[in-house]
Amino acid sequence: MNNLNIMLPEIFLSLSIFTILMLGVFIKKSFNIIFNLTSLIIITTIAIIINNPDNEVKIFLESFTRDAFSNYFKILILISSLFVLNSSKNFIIENKLNKFEYPIIILLSILGMFFMVSSNDLILFYLGLELQSLSLYILASIDRDNLRSTESGIKYFVLSALSSGLLLYGCSLLYGFTGSTNFDSIAEQLNTENVGAVFAMVFILVGLAFKVSAVPFHMWTPDVYEGAPTSITSYFAVVPKVAGLALLIKFMFIPFSNILLEWQTIIIFISIASMILGAVAAMVQKNLKRLLAYSSIGHIGYALAGVATGVISGYQSAIIYISIYVIMNIGAFSCLYLLKKDGQYKENISDLSGISKKHPVLAISFLIILFSLAGVPPLGGFFAKFYVFVAVLEQQMYTLAIIGLVTTVMSAFYYLKIIKTIYFDDNVITFDPARNKFAQLSIILSCGILLTFFLYPSVFNNVAITLFNS
Amino acid sequence: MNFPILSTLIFLPLLSSIFIFLSKGKSNNYSAIYISLFSSIATFLLSLFLWYSLDISTAEFQFVEEKSWINNFIKFKLGVDGISILFIVLTTFITPICIISCINSVKTRVKEFLIAILILETFMIGVFCSLDLVIFYLFFEAGLIPMFLIIGVWGGPRRVYSAFKFFLFTLLGSVLMLVAIIVIYWLTGTTDITQIYEIGIPREYQNILWLAFLSSFAVKMPMWPVHTWLPDAHVEAPTAGSVILAAILLKMAGYGFLRFSIPMFPIASEFFTPLIYTLSIIAIIYTSLVALMQDDMKKLIAYSSVAHMGYVTLGIFTLTKQGIEGSIYQMISHGLISAALFLCVGVVYDRLHSRMINTYGGLVNYLPKYSFLFLVFALAAIGLPGTSGFLGEFLVLTGAFQKSYLAAMLATFGVVLGAAYMLWMTKRVIFGVTNNSEIKSLTDVNKSEIIMLASLAFFVIFFGFYPVPLMETFSVSVNSLIDNYQIALKSN
Repeated sequence: MNNLNIMLPEIFLSLSIFTILMLGVFIKKSFNIIFNLTSLIIITTIAIIINNPDNEVKIFLESFTRDAFSNYFKILILISSLFVLNSSKNFIIENKLNKFEYPIIILLSILGMFFMVSSNDLILFYLGLELQSLSLYILASIDRDNLRSTESGIKYFVLSALSSGLLLYGCSLLYGFTGSTNFDSIAEQLNTENVGAVFAMVFILVGLAFKVSAVPFHMWTPDVYEGAPTSITSYFAVVPKVAGLALLIKFMFIPFSNILLEWQTIIIFISIASMILGAVAAMVQKNLKRLLAYSSIGHIGYALAGVATGVISGYQSAIIYISIYVIMNIGAFSCLYLLKKDGQYKENISDLSGISKKHPVLAISFLIILFSLAGVPPLGGFFAKFYVFVAVLEQQMYTLAIIGLVTTVMSAFYYLKIIKTIYFDDNVITFDPARNKFAQLSIILSCGILLTFFLYPSVFNNVAITLFNS
Repeated sequence: MNFPILSTLIFLPLLSSIFIFLSKGKSNNYSAIYISLFSSIATFLLSLFLWYSLDISTAEFQFVEEKSWINNFIKFKLGVDGISILFIVLTTFITPICIISCINSVKTRVKEFLIAILILETFMIGVFCSLDLVIFYLFFEAGLIPMFLIIGVWGGPRRVYSAFKFFLFTLLGSVLMLVAIIVIYWLTGTTDITQIYEIGIPREYQNILWLAFLSSFAVKMPMWPVHTWLPDAHVEAPTAGSVILAAILLKMAGYGFLRFSIPMFPIASEFFTPLIYTLSIIAIIYTSLVALMQDDMKKLIAYSSVAHMGYVTLGIFTLTKQGIEGSIYQMISHGLISAALFLCVGVVYDRLHSRMINTYGGLVNYLPKYSFLFLVFALAAIGLPGTSGFLGEFLVLTGAFQKSYLAAMLATFGVVLGAAYMLWMTKRVIFGVTNNSEIKSLTDVNKSEIIMLASLAFFVIFFGFYPVPLMETFSVSVNSLIDNYQIALKSN
């Protein structure tokens, strides 16, 4: 019974999913009810997690962990899904995506991520990952009559299935070489002389890098981001990244802690490649969603730079980075929901031309978010990068730091390009008056946090420090 | 002192900008101007009070405020000494003038323009107050955002190119400084500069860190060969933007050399002196020659700024009392003179919408008051004795002669070139024959323009004859800077 208590958030979430699924089947036109119930479920789950104690407990043959680390990531996942979901509600209804399955599948993917961040066992980890991925395949192609959405769903499915296969292969190799699926016992068994295990590690890393869309496993990202409906794109850009990064850190922290050097080299490479590609490829984009896709690749590169340090302060900086990244991206995507003209949502950068004249508040919010994404002080995005580079330089990885900072300047270029379109261009575009109150709320919240972050910059720091106490 | 006077000074403009932001409607542009003018004058008076109550007999940092910021890591630390106070007063003096200049020259989105100027003022004062490397970096970089917008939104035809160039050049220069700052943190365990002065940076790291700081300051200064953003930015920026850029933003780098490079890296500063001399001399001679060839008044003044900044870097790295004092004096006086020259260009630009020299000619017959003021500032820019421009250059050259005859002689040659391009421009704009019939219908300077230009002219001439107030303020701080530098060199 005690064990079940520890899993209460997961159990509650699963039961709720089944309940609202039934509701959806039996009640006609149930989208609104289910949608509101979903928000309620998310909020309740947050409350349950907060009331859960933080001390580390491992249950079910030590395959499931509950600790401060997993709790923090669960709350981050829930809060970001809550904002992403609610700010996209108008968009969903207007684009006729209001099927009752939509919020339920989102909840299912959240459940998958819960198991991912809590797993202490290869099998549970893989099951969670697949639950999440399957839900994401459906979400990507949810607009099934739209050619681009279907295409993006198929593309995502094929590539992701391949990466899952590689990951599973890695898991089985790891089991073969260490004789266990449990993270802790794998950690004991592994050492650098175990060449097979290093192989396994590479396969697992490929799978994880795919999930967080790090270069060179990023190919799907721009197409899926552009093809999928914006409400799904914003979900893709934020929530799975959080879970993926949590797993990367976890793998490095527990099972692979003994073969850190091998792992580190690969992460450094992936990090540098992501930062460079994110900066260069985004420069030529004309579609905002595609641009944000490349920008998210770049941002994952910075977070990975923190992970690449291989020390706790580095992991902490990556966690701070991803938290601030979530805030910025929720704001950025919420802005997209307000770009509506004659009933059509606009996605091109050129559609933003001169909006500062007619929509000064939207323009200034976009400005704040973009400068923050570019990492210009005193906005929140700067501190995210700052913590990462402090950790990187502590390990004296000068090349990584300098490449990271140079790509920051390069990426500033395309953020400036959007700002230029908003503020400097002469032809004026007027959008429909905004009715999406929740999107406005999340923009204001996001800008507020980014603007006032410098007043108390150690807020995430304080949390991140507590995550690795155990 | 328990009252946080420096924080008040920094955040007063920010608060008033929020106030303007919240005030509604387009019709109250004038009220926005009054609010911002009022707050900036209040800031100026506060900074004057600060200067008055500063104890100039000691080189210690005063009015120090310390607040824990990022736990166990960085403190929010502010303080002023004899050097920084002058830059603060310069900033708070120039800002109201910029706001007055908006009345005539900014026609669209006045409210937003004022907000940008006030936020920029906050960041500029912050740069000169901060006693912590990270806080300094924060303010130093943050100034890019409002300046980018000022150039891009209110600028001339090629504003987009110039704004991007300005932003990216400066950002690229300063990211290396960020790396250096973090490395310093890991070397010394603090980013508080007073503690770093005491602990000292290990010898083997000094050169590379010095270069990282240089990359930032050289772009900001700007030094040859990374000065190319400046003419573009100046030409396209609106008048008030050019004024702030020339008068204050360029001074941040000179201040940075004095506050960070020399005291933190004395050995590297000694080692790289020849490099700085070379770059400064090239800047003085080359950009003066380039300035001779310009058809555009703003571009000419921009290149002359690069040349004048060459004297500043030359003077700082002579590391003699005369050289450094001359540099500081030159920075303050250039802040006044270049601001005034850009305002002068702005005055005629508002009337004829041309910056080209050949549009004008014979202005003296139709705008006598304007021509007189223009002449005063042009002569001050040349460094005519009796204006503040003379003293700075003279002291810098005195300092340079103690260290290197060659550098000093070449720099002196630059003074001649400076006279050539300035006088030639004056001849073509103010005197000569009026070919353009539109000039005959121009009105002379109006009241607000008189206020701006006359107050600047007053200080240019006043400090030309009576430099004591400035000299006294920074002399003790400069002495201690040089003493510490000598001690650091000897102990190694």
